[in-house]
Amino acid sequence: MRLVIAEDHALLRDGLIRILEAHDHEIVAAIEHGDQLAEALADPSAEAAVLDVRLPPTHTDEGLKAAVAVRSGRPGFPVMVLSQYVERIYARELLASGEGGIGYLLKDRVGDVGEFVDALDRIAAGGTVLDPQVVSAVMARQAPVERLTAREREVLALMAEGRSNAAIASALFVTEKAVGKHTNSIFAKLDLPMAPDDNRRVLAVLAWLGV
Amino acid sequence: MTGYAALQLPLAALALVLFIVDAVAAVLAVIVVGLPILMVSMPATRWLVGVHRRFAAHVLGSPVPPPYRSTEGEGRLESLRTMASDPMSWRDLAWLLIALPLALTTSLIVLILLVPIVTGIAWWFGVGPIMVARSRIDRWFLAFGTTERLEQRVEALTETRSQSLDHAAAELRRIERDLHDGAQARLAGLGMTIGMAAELLERDPEGARKMLAEARLTSSAVLGDLRDVVHGIHPPVLADRGLRAAIEALALDLAVPVEVTGDAPAGLPAPVESATYFTVAECLANVAKHSDAQRAWVELASPPGQLTVVVGDDGRGGADPSAGTGMRGVARRLAAFDGTMTVSSPIGGPTLVTLEVPCDLSSPRTTPSSGTA
Repeated sequence: MRLVIAEDHALLRDGLIRILEAHDHEIVAAIEHGDQLAEALADPSAEAAVLDVRLPPTHTDEGLKAAVAVRSGRPGFPVMVLSQYVERIYARELLASGEGGIGYLLKDRVGDVGEFVDALDRIAAGGTVLDPQVVSAVMARQAPVERLTAREREVLALMAEGRSNAAIASALFVTEKAVGKHTNSIFAKLDLPMAPDDNRRVLAVLAWLGV
Repeated sequence: MTGYAALQLPLAALALVLFIVDAVAAVLAVIVVGLPILMVSMPATRWLVGVHRRFAAHVLGSPVPPPYRSTEGEGRLESLRTMASDPMSWRDLAWLLIALPLALTTSLIVLILLVPIVTGIAWWFGVGPIMVARSRIDRWFLAFGTTERLEQRVEALTETRSQSLDHAAAELRRIERDLHDGAQARLAGLGMTIGMAAELLERDPEGARKMLAEARLTSSAVLGDLRDVVHGIHPPVLADRGLRAAIEALALDLAVPVEVTGDAPAGLPAPVESATYFTVAECLANVAKHSDAQRAWVELASPPGQLTVVVGDDGRGGADPSAGTGMRGVARRLAAFDGTMTVSSPIGGPTLVTLEVPCDLSSPRTTPSSGTA
């Protein structure tokens, strides 16, 4: 994939470049300042972006705003947002910026290289990847989730992390068919109408985030 | 003005009656009987004196504030004690004593001047100065002078300053402890694990790989610890988006649905923003822990020169703000900015906590982090 990356810390930027290039991605732009971001994201040859939330000049939420902005101009453009902390309020904004192709992870997760590169592939394919920490925070409080069984909650949490049924099955040591049964039960309990499966998976996560 | 003068005569009689009742009740308080009388007569005294303060303010064209000590949230006996030890109450009492002769000399002169036609001119020109003089005397009794006000201000500032210093020191100790027990300990462990992995690299590559995987997990845990510490110092959303968004983020993580309305004034000084945030956080934590509420709400408003926040819930009420150390801590932090917190929580609810913080928006920002985002 041809990627734009934005990260203001040189050490982390170099680390990201090294990891991504080692997994056959091409870095078309590696940016350290928020001001250069809009221009780099406008490059039609870029296929996806990996953005840090906090960038100069204001060191607040430039990366997040840029992610929302680029996706309003290029709907579905895959963006992986990385941050030192994850906040549900930001997860909600990212998910509201259009269906699929969005990721929001703690920077720590990059350390698990295989998992990180895999997550990037999933969002490039139109999936949604949320950090387990956002997921567990939501699990701890959301009312409709109380209607789900413990196993269904586990399945929904993995779904929010963007996993396929096959991946969920192997993570939970059950058959893919069993996972299919759980997902159908989740859709029913969350009152989600019949639609293509991928779409309903995103809707389930959205409903549950209160978007 | 003549109307005021006329009105002051009957009021002066009332003042004398109240003085006698107050004095007798104060003596009887020794054998308890006086207490219920005082509970009625002291507020009545304050009312009468309040009327004269307003007269004086009207005549002099400048406010004469009632500078009583707050009896907010105190029981009946307790507030009686506060009233009795308030120096202003004693000045009120002294004023009651002089009110009758004062009213007789000033108000009666005004009225007598009015009666015969020949003194009409004297009445026309004399009433103003006489009543102004009268009001000056009232003000001298019923309001603190500049020096006294400054003394009280110095006293309040000394107290809140020492509280802020205590609070800051306690916070630093907490942060030091968090870092020492969390990140520091884990980083030390991390160094050891990596060292061991380096040693194993040649002999046992598989073992080294396991150790490195473990080291990665530890580094993740260190970051988690640091995140918690940072969150306790200055929450990221507050830094990124300001007070309202930070409160919304808090609300999202609460089990009770919380509605956030209104907005804080733009350009709020960062320390005020932060103190208000932590106070609201404490209030919402209490709602979640103790109130049994179905819903809660936070209203932000910015009347001129002030930030007002109301945190309310429809829970069971009966909250006692003096019971929890958390609430006392945040109240002290607000007091450093002359902010006040009042709690209204009747049994059966609703509970309303009102925060009022004066803020001077013209002062420059102290940190860039509360920036324009």
